[in-house]
Amino acid sequence: MTTLAVDVDAEGFLTDPNEWSEELANEIAAENGIAELTPRHWLVVRFMRDRYLATGTAPTIRSLGKESGVAVKELYELFPKGPAKLAAKIGGIPKPKGCI
Amino acid sequence: MTELLERPQLAPIQPATIEKVSIVISKGSLEGIYPGLIMANGARMEGIEADLFFTFFGLDAIRKDRQAGIKVATVGNPGLHMPTVLGALPGFSALATRMMQRQMEKLDIPPIPEFVELVADSGAGLYACKASVDMFGLTIDDFVPQVRDIISVGEFYGLAGGGQIIFT
Repeated sequence: MTTLAVDVDAEGFLTDPNEWSEELANEIAAENGIAELTPRHWLVVRFMRDRYLATGTAPTIRSLGKESGVAVKELYELFPKGPAKLAAKIGGIPKPKGCI
Repeated sequence: MTELLERPQLAPIQPATIEKVSIVISKGSLEGIYPGLIMANGARMEGIEADLFFTFFGLDAIRKDRQAGIKVATVGNPGLHMPTVLGALPGFSALATRMMQRQMEKLDIPPIPEFVELVADSGAGLYACKASVDMFGLTIDDFVPQVRDIISVGEFYGLAGGGQIIFT
């Protein structure tokens, strides 16, 4: 459980992206099996978050692999339980809705 | 004298989750190949283990010489809602394919060669069906490098153990 009080949905995604903080990101990561967020993790998390805040939608795994600076193979090494989903959760944005 | 019986307890029901899928792609048309790729990619995105087994004309999706030329089936495809004779006109299938590809690009759905690579990079295992490979007179060299192996249907069932099998 997070020790920081924020509103989350049933799956643990923040309902308000503005409540996000780096401290919180570390906590969510730890809860989801990522003991430490490396600079590579941060690159992906920030890309997801910035893209969502700028466009209102989270990027697809395809654009994540092409544009975040981290290729698909490494994305799955960094986030074995699903890069897009987990990076969104850690980045404090809603769960990506698309199929791709 | 009344005796109170112990209240029966229901065993707690765990919500069932899918941990692994094995997807068979058996058709060689654009609309026959994409659903399996999308389901495999979607599984990996949810952290679900996924394997793909290409059989019969589904092999075209992983054949070096064919994967970039996959077309929409415009003959005998009632989903297109147009007369079959139209669909049989030269160039019609290529046109329908281009239109569909443009639409998919808008949704950030990759073309088949890139999609196969994406799914493989995401950790899904790609396998070719031995019976089909033998029937078409192919070898492992005919396939893109992401294909892990040519396996028999028995080996496929071995790999699929403990998961769900989806036939497309």
